[in-house]
Amino acid sequence: MTPLAVSIAGTIASLALLLIVLELIRSRRLRERYALLWVATGIALVVLSAWRDGLNTIAGWVGVRSYPPAVLFAVGILFIILVLLHYSTVISRLSDQNVLLAQRLALLEEGLQSDGSR
Amino acid sequence: MRAVAIVPAYNEEQNVGRVVGEIRAFDASFDVVVVDYGSFDRTADVAREHGARVLRLPFNLGIGGAVQTGFRFAFENGYDLAVRIDGDGQHDPAQLDVILAPVLSGEADIAVGSRFASTDGSGYRSSRSRRVGIRLLAWVVSRIVRRRVTDTTSGFQALNRRAIALFARDYPHDYPEVEATVMVFRHRLRSVEVPVTMRERGGGRSSITALRSIYYMSKVLLAIFVGLFRRNVVPEEGS
Repeated sequence: MTPLAVSIAGTIASLALLLIVLELIRSRRLRERYALLWVATGIALVVLSAWRDGLNTIAGWVGVRSYPPAVLFAVGILFIILVLLHYSTVISRLSDQNVLLAQRLALLEEGLQSDGSR
Repeated sequence: MRAVAIVPAYNEEQNVGRVVGEIRAFDASFDVVVVDYGSFDRTADVAREHGARVLRLPFNLGIGGAVQTGFRFAFENGYDLAVRIDGDGQHDPAQLDVILAPVLSGEADIAVGSRFASTDGSGYRSSRSRRVGIRLLAWVVSRIVRRRVTDTTSGFQALNRRAIALFARDYPHDYPEVEATVMVFRHRLRSVEVPVTMRERGGGRSSITALRSIYYMSKVLLAIFVGLFRRNVVPEEGS
């Protein structure tokens, strides 16, 4: 069984994460589309930390018998990987768009200059 | 009174020409601005051939970013009145007078054409999951704005200068109409819904698939929920 202190600490920490994410959205420092995965992470960790029987059951399913909170780590790491992967796709898209913007700017500037010299 | 029609279009070469033509046929004094948000086809050319001005975005900013480009254009060029009509042909420009009436009479700052507000039972046909989604959003939004909103996803709208100014400064991104409805309420602008009938799409394909609707739904609900806790509703320019 998960030690009670671990459940309490885990719940507090994941609630804090959830609140920080919501506050960042509220103050417009985080866009909703990039926050969804963080919100999902927060909710999953809150549920698994607070719902002790659930954590034990899931630990049993995946063969973790000695220390059920290990499942918390696993879920946390899984979500971090998902968030990082998501960010990699976002960065790729942003750099593609950046190239396109620079190219369009160059074309525009050339067009303006040849208009002016005519 | 200067009026502009904002027509967002993404890969709509088959429909955009007809839409532009119908707007000009409705009222030739309307300036028509097509916002082409990253099309691969001849949308921009076709729009120009039919006499529209074209704002061509270098990549797909999503419908929200596209429409806001039109609102910024309307605001910076001093238009008093704007209508938004989608470039896929589902909004019928012949019904423009219906959505213009409340704004022209000064009764509302923004008027939205609703597919579901009509009482004669001429409903709108669409996929089941999409109807459920639209209903759910309508229910949530109606609770918040404390009046009956039947169609939160309608992009068929008429706006006066106040509403244009608000949307030019702040407009939601991916699935903007739902959040915009709440935003308009929070800014104490007056909005009304008027019944319209919408047409089936012409050629082309809707951009909304089942998986996307789930994503949009969670995103929009999150945005609405968090938005309720904002005191400073409009962001400072450049912050």
